[in-house]
Amino acid sequence: MKLPEFLELQLLPLPANLPAGRARADCRQWLQLAATLRESGARLLALWGADDRDRDGCFRIYAAYLLTEGVLLAEHAMETTEATADPVYPSLAAIFPVAQRMQRAVYDLLGIAAEESLGPEADRRGWLRHGGWPENFFPLRRDVDGSQQRPNISAPYPFVMVEGSGVHEIAVGPVHAGTIEPGHFRFSVVGEKMLRLEERLGYTHKGVARLFETMPQSGGHRLAARISGDAAVAFSWAYCAALESITGTTCPARATLLRALALEHERLANHLGDLGALGNDAGFAFGLTHFSRLKEDLLRSNAAAFGARYLLDYVVPGGVAVDLPAEAPARLLELYADLEQSATNLRSIYDEHAGLQDRFRGTGRLQQSVAEKLGALGLVARASGIARDLRVDNPWPPYDNIAAKCIVQSAGDVAARVQIRFDEVYESLRLCRAFLQELSAGTVPASAGQVNIPVPAAAPYQLGLGVIESWRGPVLIVLETGPDAANGTIRRCHAHDPSWQNWPLIEYAVIGDIVPDFPLINKSFNLSYSGQDG
Amino acid sequence: MWNTLSRMARTGLLTEPLPALDGSSPELTALQSELLAVLGRALCIRHVDAGSCNGCELEIQALHNPYYNLEGAGIQFVASPRHADMLLVTGPVSVNMEEALRRTYDAIPDPKFVIAVGDCGACGGIFGTSYASRGGVANILPVNFTVTGCPPTPTAILRGILQTVRVPLTEVQRNRPISA
Repeated sequence: MKLPEFLELQLLPLPANLPAGRARADCRQWLQLAATLRESGARLLALWGADDRDRDGCFRIYAAYLLTEGVLLAEHAMETTEATADPVYPSLAAIFPVAQRMQRAVYDLLGIAAEESLGPEADRRGWLRHGGWPENFFPLRRDVDGSQQRPNISAPYPFVMVEGSGVHEIAVGPVHAGTIEPGHFRFSVVGEKMLRLEERLGYTHKGVARLFETMPQSGGHRLAARISGDAAVAFSWAYCAALESITGTTCPARATLLRALALEHERLANHLGDLGALGNDAGFAFGLTHFSRLKEDLLRSNAAAFGARYLLDYVVPGGVAVDLPAEAPARLLELYADLEQSATNLRSIYDEHAGLQDRFRGTGRLQQSVAEKLGALGLVARASGIARDLRVDNPWPPYDNIAAKCIVQSAGDVAARVQIRFDEVYESLRLCRAFLQELSAGTVPASAGQVNIPVPAAAPYQLGLGVIESWRGPVLIVLETGPDAANGTIRRCHAHDPSWQNWPLIEYAVIGDIVPDFPLINKSFNLSYSGQDG
Repeated sequence: MWNTLSRMARTGLLTEPLPALDGSSPELTALQSELLAVLGRALCIRHVDAGSCNGCELEIQALHNPYYNLEGAGIQFVASPRHADMLLVTGPVSVNMEEALRRTYDAIPDPKFVIAVGDCGACGGIFGTSYASRGGVANILPVNFTVTGCPPTPTAILRGILQTVRVPLTEVQRNRPISA
């Protein structure tokens, strides 16, 4: 990784599971770096802040960028004085539009605001703060009590109005009509056609960042797994990768393979569930019945192989919780054979179903140019022609040994996101078989006690990164260790879900489609509310 | 079309018997008549995610797969609280969802049941109470039954639902935990 010389930035090492560096930037460099990276095709992966006034009188704002060669962390410190108790930093929203919601969240949690010098005035509406705590209370500041309960005071939230003859609004949520997470969607429509969609999220904000600071390093993976339950393996692995990078721990090879096997099972479970739900949302209940059966088969195999249907506590610091039972590999191979054969059969049914294809094709189209401009990540980006997958681009162990294939589609519509899922199911099954083969090959012994090792105490004030390509896209955990090395405390931990990037894209994808297609489009993205809200 | 029909025929019926309660497996017809006696119709459930991590939602969705075949037992999830007899709540109640949860509860006609699903719904789970979380569902609403687990299995959720409606409303014990 190299930075252009004119920026006069020094690249510092940063412990992570893939190539990473860190740079300390002043105000000017903060913006110049962002602009330079944008030019070179980098993405803004995450943006967050920290209150370090107790250490050096500064607030800090961080931005993690995803480059082709790895992750670059930019850090900008803002000194506070009597006169500038609530400092500001230059907004990145004009360079990376995806920064906008993250900057609103940073303000809600820390009270440091982004100042807009390049684009239109910054959006000051609360994103995570809905009225459950006062305007002058910032829960991530170190001098406030984050455990205190306050009554809700509901405040109006001005949505952007669309004016014109025949335009009306449809308000949906936060409680939706099915078994899904809460969020509010405000549609401006003419007849059935959607002119504009505005999302309001933050309903499931549970104070995860503040909670991390009360947990020991050895227990943080449990909370990480519960940031978004459908990506539990990815988040807990990212957390463990950050902690292991800081402490220089190398997991047993067998544990690394088992983590990857669990990660691919998580991908399979979600893709199979989504393929069924997408059929159902287009009026083809048969699809839901058959895919939900396959998903259930997989979950039951998870229970037999890993000890639980959903692997929320499987990845632990230093390895995994339990080894595979002796009979598991043979059973899993049988399962894979059935899944592959069934998926092929169902795919031909989906592909040949005229009514289904009529609903899928051309619906919810996300142009590649829009996806590029707004920094799409993961599955959604790959369905719009952006071939990016960390398992392929920056493979971490054991993916460095396996040559995963990046699945791409170019149409960017619901049909493309369906096809991506089918192809990724096959690719995941191939990877699972390869991992199983390596696990049973004898090169990684199966004897007891070799699937996890103790993680030594971390030095105080160390920053480390874990980035894992979940089924949805890259998830990031940034861990800063606390001063108490003996008890292994956490000073700050920031978790980032790719839903932050992809939620705003739905607002573009629905334009011109009809309201009844919204559930289908939304499902084809299948983003996490909880992961975004934190 | 031939492909679709042939797939249906080859897959066959996968539905498993309902889970046992108190050591005895309820007969489908017996259960349906009990539902009828208590509610006068099929059981309608409204689910609200009050701040869950979405793990519990995945297991509630699994109740619709052919193995559990919830609708076959005369139980359905409905889109409006005004059509519901039972409120299934997941997650610690986030401060931002408190009002929506209360309003959903108020919209359900009496008599009504509330089940808190998952460790978070039971007591706040790992999230506990904080500036952003009100903790367990019982801190906000009267809860009839609690299904623990992280996430609870579909069988545990189904057992909780069946157990709740089998107890006449006046005798319902509050906060009685049902373990997975």
